[in-house]
Amino acid sequence: MPGKLKVKIVAGRHLPVMDRASDLTDAFVEVKFGNTTFKTDVYPKSLNPQWNSEWFKFEVDDEDLQDEPLQITVLDHDTYSANDAIGKVYIDIDPLLYSEAATVISGWFPIYDTIHGIRGEINVVVKVDLFNDLNRFRQSSCGVKFFCTTSIPKCYRAVVIHGFVEELVVNEDPEYQWIDRIRTPRASNEARQRLISLMSGELQRKIGLKVLEMRGNAVVGYLQCFDLEGESGLVVRAIGTVCTLDKISNTAFLPACNSPSKEMKEIPFNEDPNPNTHSSGPSTPLKNQTYSFSPSKSYSRQSSSSDTDLSLTPKTGMGSGSAGKEGGPFKALLRQQTQTALEQREGSPHRFCRRREFPFFTLTAFPPGFLVHVGGVVSARSVKLLDRIHNPAFVGIMGNTRSYKLLDWNSFNSDEPETRDAWWAEIRQEIKSHAKALGCHAVVGYSESTSICEEVCILSASGTAAVLNPRFLQDGTMEGCLEQRLSWQPGFFSIGSEKGEVDFFPQNQDSSSLLGLEETSPPGCGFCHIPYDELNMPFPAHLIYCYNCRKQKVPDVLFTTIDLPAEAMVIGKGCLIQARLCRLKKKAQAEANATSISNLLPFMEYEVHTQLMNKLKLKGMNALFGLRIQITVGENMLMGLASATGVYLTALPTPGGIQIAGKTPNDGAYEQHVSHMQKKINDTIAKNKELYEINPPEIPEEIIGSPFPEPRQRSRLLRSQSESSDEVMELDLSHGKKDAFVLEIDDTDAMEDVHSLLTDVPPPPGFYSCNTEIMPGINNWTSDIQMFTSVRVSRLSNINLTNQTLNKNFNDLCENLLKSLYFKLRSMIPCCLCHVNFTVALPEDEVIQVTVTAVAITFDKHQALQTSRVPVEKTLQRASTDNEEQLQFPLELCSDPLVSQPFSPAKAASLDKASPLAEGHLRHRSVPSCTNSTVSVVKMTPLSFIPGAKITKYLGIINMFFIRETTSLREEGGVSGFLHAFIAEVFAMVRAHVAALGGNAVVSYIMKQCVFMENPNKNQAQCLINVSGDAVIVVRESELEMVPVQPSTAVSQPASAGDVTT
Amino acid sequence: MTNDLDIFVGNTTLIDEEVYQLWLDGYSVSDAVSLRLRSGILEQTGATVDVLQSDTMDHYRTFHMLERLLHTPSKLIHQLHFQIPPSRQAMLIERYYAFDEAFVREVLGKKLSKGTKKDLDDVSSKTGITLKSCRRQFDNFKRVFKVVEEMRGSLVENIQQHFLLSDRLARDYAAIVFFANSRFETGKKKLQFLTFEDFAYCAEQMIQNWTLGAVDSNVDDMDVDLDKEFLQELKELKVLIADKDLLDLHKSLVCTSLRGKISVYNEMEANFKNLSRALVNMASKLIHTKDVRDFFIDLVEKFIEPCKSDKWTLNDVRLFLTQYTTSAHTLDAFRHQALWDRYMSTIKSCLLKMYHD
Repeated sequence: MPGKLKVKIVAGRHLPVMDRASDLTDAFVEVKFGNTTFKTDVYPKSLNPQWNSEWFKFEVDDEDLQDEPLQITVLDHDTYSANDAIGKVYIDIDPLLYSEAATVISGWFPIYDTIHGIRGEINVVVKVDLFNDLNRFRQSSCGVKFFCTTSIPKCYRAVVIHGFVEELVVNEDPEYQWIDRIRTPRASNEARQRLISLMSGELQRKIGLKVLEMRGNAVVGYLQCFDLEGESGLVVRAIGTVCTLDKISNTAFLPACNSPSKEMKEIPFNEDPNPNTHSSGPSTPLKNQTYSFSPSKSYSRQSSSSDTDLSLTPKTGMGSGSAGKEGGPFKALLRQQTQTALEQREGSPHRFCRRREFPFFTLTAFPPGFLVHVGGVVSARSVKLLDRIHNPAFVGIMGNTRSYKLLDWNSFNSDEPETRDAWWAEIRQEIKSHAKALGCHAVVGYSESTSICEEVCILSASGTAAVLNPRFLQDGTMEGCLEQRLSWQPGFFSIGSEKGEVDFFPQNQDSSSLLGLEETSPPGCGFCHIPYDELNMPFPAHLIYCYNCRKQKVPDVLFTTIDLPAEAMVIGKGCLIQARLCRLKKKAQAEANATSISNLLPFMEYEVHTQLMNKLKLKGMNALFGLRIQITVGENMLMGLASATGVYLTALPTPGGIQIAGKTPNDGAYEQHVSHMQKKINDTIAKNKELYEINPPEIPEEIIGSPFPEPRQRSRLLRSQSESSDEVMELDLSHGKKDAFVLEIDDTDAMEDVHSLLTDVPPPPGFYSCNTEIMPGINNWTSDIQMFTSVRVSRLSNINLTNQTLNKNFNDLCENLLKSLYFKLRSMIPCCLCHVNFTVALPEDEVIQVTVTAVAITFDKHQALQTSRVPVEKTLQRASTDNEEQLQFPLELCSDPLVSQPFSPAKAASLDKASPLAEGHLRHRSVPSCTNSTVSVVKMTPLSFIPGAKITKYLGIINMFFIRETTSLREEGGVSGFLHAFIAEVFAMVRAHVAALGGNAVVSYIMKQCVFMENPNKNQAQCLINVSGDAVIVVRESELEMVPVQPSTAVSQPASAGDVTT
Repeated sequence: MTNDLDIFVGNTTLIDEEVYQLWLDGYSVSDAVSLRLRSGILEQTGATVDVLQSDTMDHYRTFHMLERLLHTPSKLIHQLHFQIPPSRQAMLIERYYAFDEAFVREVLGKKLSKGTKKDLDDVSSKTGITLKSCRRQFDNFKRVFKVVEEMRGSLVENIQQHFLLSDRLARDYAAIVFFANSRFETGKKKLQFLTFEDFAYCAEQMIQNWTLGAVDSNVDDMDVDLDKEFLQELKELKVLIADKDLLDLHKSLVCTSLRGKISVYNEMEANFKNLSRALVNMASKLIHTKDVRDFFIDLVEKFIEPCKSDKWTLNDVRLFLTQYTTSAHTLDAFRHQALWDRYMSTIKSCLLKMYHD
């Protein structure tokens, strides 16, 4: 019984009228956790009841604490008939379970009903007392921190970045259970909400266990997704990057009000970098050491290290700690023998192999020096047919007391060869081999996604092949170093290459750089240098000596899925580049359908890639960051949408133009037309170069010494499709021997292509957009931010759809959506839309749904102009020094150090002050003093930071799932009114939860799912939304005493800590 | 290709003041779009009509959702549904409760009943204000009236507290509530030259001096109802015109002090008795509800019009009323000095405010 959950119901306000006769409500509250329920008294005849209840105490396992949400139901008491439910509040108490996050959840929560939406608010206080866990067999993973942020969270330092972690759980979808036919929509929605909440809790706990096993203490870049597979079930899956994080100047930050038990837990965190203080126990093999989170726990691990693994075995058999726990990684290795895998775990080499098998990192931004070289984008897709998930049985049968406990599908169906786990393992294996082909040992910016239509499912994974600096992947201390290296290297060596160590550092000439990487590869361009062997290239490529250092070879174009590295040297500004594509497909069933989809996929990828390349050239840029290609499957079409941020890297060559060639050279009129088009394209390129301030310095040709005189387009996109088989098809995306800068207009299709290139209108003056965290070339953000979600659903009216009309419609839909955003946000000019995230869904035949979430940030124009004029040579020198300075606080000022001005004290000071505007707009600190508002402002952003403010504390992950349904669609303002209200409600509930945790902002916010279904004939609609993010406390920078000289920044930290506790 | 669904939701609720005004003015989405088109917004931003249409729809939806909260502004401040900076919340409330001069002149002093509401289409066609806007304004009046009607304490403060309005707007609403409660006639043709501001000023004077709240600050309806006792006592003033000697003495005192100072001395001298009778008779009759309703008509018919026909200037009126009031104090036989002051100070303020073209 390691935990006591305490809940107090204080009051309600703005309740709906439940009794028409009196226009009042007799409200009471049910508080439920697990199977225990408490009730408050009825507070009669009031819309603003004051219950002021006693403390309801739940004594529960910490396992339950992690899995279960606290469920608060507000009801209207009715003497004669059944009590009417007003609505519910689900509170995820996970943030209370780790020491550095929130200590209490207290505040007003919107009371939510899946049919009526928000109906009043309730004030709740929740606390958790955790006892020390002496149970060595524990299945909980309290204490592991989760972050959605895909970089090392500010105010933490990465001691070790361990690597990839994944898990999935499966269950039957309540919406498709037989009982759904007899229960009300409300009951069905609530069952679903509760189930998903339970499943994500369980998933998170299991991931946490893996983290502990990998000796990490945190998961960064945690991405959890739902696959609503309909009849075949509900899959909740998550991936992340395991790290050992150390709080920067940690003790100073700890709030003084911690409970004793909390403080106990804190100690090990501080000692993480030096694990041997704990692990010096006698006779314990090093390999079995585990990072500890509480002293007691580490003790138990030590004393029983020999049977720790054994103790896990029965649980695995029971299905709660599934084979998938370790399974994801090692299934690929030992796919045929999952059953025997458990014994295999005993052997230490295997264990490490398994752990490191997928050297993937979900991070998109890294500590300086972490990223050595970038190979290019690797992606893999696979089309699968969904079948019913068998035996969604309850573990209650297995003797577990928790009858509602969910089941990991794999554990029950481990004899079944085709499991979701195996599917993903297959895809990951492909990604890994692609990375290897690019001479890279790791994949960064890794993500996974699915698209489901009926029984067909496309699984996609993509990332950026990279070579990483091993320094960060191992322990900093000497003793740990040895052990970590042992454990770490086999993973990469086992990629299966006979090259052995060579594979580890593919650039042999650089092997001296093992320890002093910064010296040989300048930080501003090093990551662009090719990691693969020039003579043994995986694809035809055009390599040239780096324009920056002139020492190493670089490709002519670079595509990546990561954010622009802070040290990257860029000229001008970046811009959002999108490739959009539709392909009609015949309606088909099962296998035939899957086959036709897999046949279409390569063509789509090819075209998406070509479009991206052409648009990039049209912008006069040479690299893409944050590339995300989404392929969506519908009944009768496939949609491809690729978004990325184009930039001009100084290290890469200036892109050539686009040449147009006609097929019939003798036709005069045609010739004229072609030359007219050519002129238009050339004009556009020139205009874009001016718009994005791309003015690279002239470099004499002879220095470059290009080995290939003929420019040739080359693909760095290695991908494959496979259809329910292991057959891997490699596709070379280069245009073969053809000179690929040339676009041939040989038919109307090609004509369309050229036209569509030119139809992309640049954003209006004062607007910039990107889908990465920060916009290169802009570094003077004010604190005026506006996060938004925009949804459009478009019905294609044409009966005879062709690919062209479809393409045009889709293109128009996206372009109009962007135009609309620019118009709406015009008051924020000059501003940049950051982290623009498009998602496409095809909910029905001929219906396209596009959802965009982004944040608009205003910047100070005058400063921008100043800084962008700094000569490149100067920034070059600055870059390395800035780099050193930034080691501790990467991205702290949200500024790009390269384009940024020299770090003079005067300049830094002016940056902190931002602008007078900034103070006016940043309200999070001043609000409490504001007289006429009691609602605190909560900022939300998809970025990992809040401009003009500093994150002082991470309060925990926000992961919420809501369903809203209506049977009076017209009365609620039609589909637009319905969804508008719902999204506003979701925002409100996220804000309320963050505020209750004591936070004032959500960073790395993402709307992962927005599934909208309507039936206008029945006047009905339903929508499911899943959002997540990190709740944080931010303090306005001007309130911190900022000192421009870097070393003293650490000194200023305690001051900010003081701010937090006040 | 048509857009079935098209929405934009900001974490901070996006509010366009221009569109808000169009919505408040009761324009339909299509009218609002064409009005915005005319403002040249497309040229400034390079947007298309579609964009404008979608933007307008979005704002209208937001306002529609906010309207429920605007009915109880304190809810808007405390709700969690829409994140709106306090300054914007204040703007939303202030504008929502703002009203048109033309509209208020039509409704001022009328009973805020269903019947009146039914006649709003007439008001709408007469004033050119959309029916939708008329309804909103009428409902605002009625809502404020219902809430503060039975409340104790200062009328203005109550309105301010419950509807979070600016001081100025709260004062205007106090006047509207006061007029509606006593049903002062303001619509007659003769009163058309008076503005709402004139009436609001008069209402404020009357609230300050003639209501229960003027003497006792802790009674129900203190600012809404006139002090009945006071009205009863006003009958006593009749002595000023009933007693011939007193009237003559009063006249001679006023004439002596105004000689050479007033430009219309002869007219004043000739008219003194009529004017004095008019003012004192009004006072004595105010105990009757009917006469309270006709208060402003009486002021215009019996005082303002005669003076105007004799071409009195505003200064003449001020001098006369000042002397007329103070001279009564020197009449030894007249004992109701306090009552006289309470009555005359308000009458004087009202008349001076109303004495214009």
